[in-house]
Amino acid sequence: MLSIDALRVAYGGAVEAVRGVSMDVPDGKVVAVLGSNGAGKSTLLRTISGTLSLHRGRVDAGSVRLDGADLVGRDPGKIVRLGVVQVPEGRRIFGRLTVEENLRAGGMASKDKSAKAAAQERVYDLFPVLKERTSQRGGLLSGGEQQMLAIGRALMASPKLLLLDEPSLGLAPRIIGQIGEVIAEINRQGTSVLLVEQNATMALGVADLAYVLDVGEVSLSGDARELARTDEVQRLYLGHESEAPQERTTAAPRKTLSRWTA
Amino acid sequence: MTQFLSLLVNGISLGTIYALIALGFVVIFKASEVVNFAHGSLLLLGAYVIAVTSDALGFLGAVLVGVAVTAVAAVLVERLVINRLRGAPVISLAIVTIGVDIIILTELVRRLGSDILNVPHPWAGESIRFAGVGISLNRGVAMVVAAVLIGLFFLAFKYSNWGVAMRASAEDGETAALMGIKQGQVSALAWVVAGVLAAVAALFLVGSPTPGVSPTVYAVALAAFPAAILGGLDSTGGALVGGLLIGIAETLATGYQDEMLFLGRGFGTVVPYIVMLVILLVRPSGLFGTRELTRV
Ligand SMILES: Nc1ncnc2c1ncn2[C@@H]1O[C@H](COP(=O)(O)OP(=O)(O)O)[C@@H](O)[C@H]1O
Ligand SMILES: [Mg+2]
Repeated sequence: MLSIDALRVAYGGAVEAVRGVSMDVPDGKVVAVLGSNGAGKSTLLRTISGTLSLHRGRVDAGSVRLDGADLVGRDPGKIVRLGVVQVPEGRRIFGRLTVEENLRAGGMASKDKSAKAAAQERVYDLFPVLKERTSQRGGLLSGGEQQMLAIGRALMASPKLLLLDEPSLGLAPRIIGQIGEVIAEINRQGTSVLLVEQNATMALGVADLAYVLDVGEVSLSGDARELARTDEVQRLYLGHESEAPQERTTAAPRKTLSRWTA
Repeated sequence: MTQFLSLLVNGISLGTIYALIALGFVVIFKASEVVNFAHGSLLLLGAYVIAVTSDALGFLGAVLVGVAVTAVAAVLVERLVINRLRGAPVISLAIVTIGVDIIILTELVRRLGSDILNVPHPWAGESIRFAGVGISLNRGVAMVVAAVLIGLFFLAFKYSNWGVAMRASAEDGETAALMGIKQGQVSALAWVVAGVLAAVAALFLVGSPTPGVSPTVYAVALAAFPAAILGGLDSTGGALVGGLLIGIAETLATGYQDEMLFLGRGFGTVVPYIVMLVILLVRPSGLFGTRELTRV
């Protein structure tokens, strides 16, 4: 479905953030991209969603194709209409808009009223808590609810491919578990997912395939379960065996990664 | 008491006109992150076009053309200047709009010379009187039309796609772009709306009790700036409250100036700025200016 080939991206003509990345998201799969801060994960997603120019970033080489059609240089609205929708890092919900208005904003690219109504129903089914708070301001939701709203908002455009940028960021372990389940459910309903994460436990738990990004380059890739068993990923991302996922604090994934960069 | 009521009603009607201007000012600020100092000259442009076309087109035709020309002029400023400088610091953009203002204003003043152009309002000279409270028919019509427009504006702002897109984009342009909301489009439309509101305000500002279209209309329109600022530059509700507050304060001060002669004549015209200063001293972000509510 999505195929990235020898992609190179730089900011301001100087900082090279992605250096020759090739990657595939097969139809119907969940693909995880792991990497520490600054690895180029968000840059990769911005390139796919067409928002790179808002950061003065530029594609220097390579291609990003959706079912064969090149996405580079298209405007973000067009890419949304082609079926690729990004949930940005840090959720970025509209805090002054109500839950319902946030969802409405998410469906803004399409004029298809019945598709939007169906999408809204799907969102409320996935996240009943949002349905109870339709007229509440987004800014008053808890962190976990905000992440659900951010995902729900993206689903309003009925994407074929959902791009998630660190949905676990800053959330409690129990909530991270729920987010993982939601991602699996969204995938079961037929949406392919490209999941960028620092929390490898959650990401490798739901992903079929995974890539490890290291300073703008792919250092490892393969089947998610196999990758989780490799020494390197065990050591770098999953920490000690004794450190069970349930006991981690929200800061834990970062801690294990800083050990990696050290 | 009747004098007070009379002044109050007149103040409210002037306030609704100020609110029209201030709303446009706020909408532009929200959508384009520009403090638009060209707003006053856009308004004067509207008044001028209505006045010079009314002979040929009749009153209604002239109003339609005046509103259209003002809206087009506003969107041209946005497309040709503001849109190209997107991302520039707010202060640079503000200074650019001052430049635009001077260009438009200089040309209009040159054309007007020392003339006072007349707009043939069908309700010219009439006034209404109810239980001793008097108001010029012009200001009465202004109040009704402004109330309808402001009501429509708030409905659109709250419920229409444009309103939701506009508020989303104002809050976080990049994230809105991820949803296919184009900041450029939202911004251009905001300038159109602001242009229309300014031209309608102009229509009533140049009627009784004001003598007609002259450069002084520009100075009158300037009082809407403190209205927008004291309400909170990014608050549409604030623009409405600010407009009413300034309109009432100015009218009361002018009406009671004989009782307050120690302040000198013409005190009414500085009242908007005094009210603004006092409110900003107490609340630096204006009455309803928001500091970010979002929990990040
Ligand atoms: N807007 C930007 N302007 C300049 N450099 C940037 C910008 N955003 C990210 N970078 C740089 O690009 C690299 C990759 O960043 P990013 O894609 O945000 O990584 P990640 O999401 O994996 O943490 C980093 O070196 C970062 O400093
Ligand atoms: Mg990132």
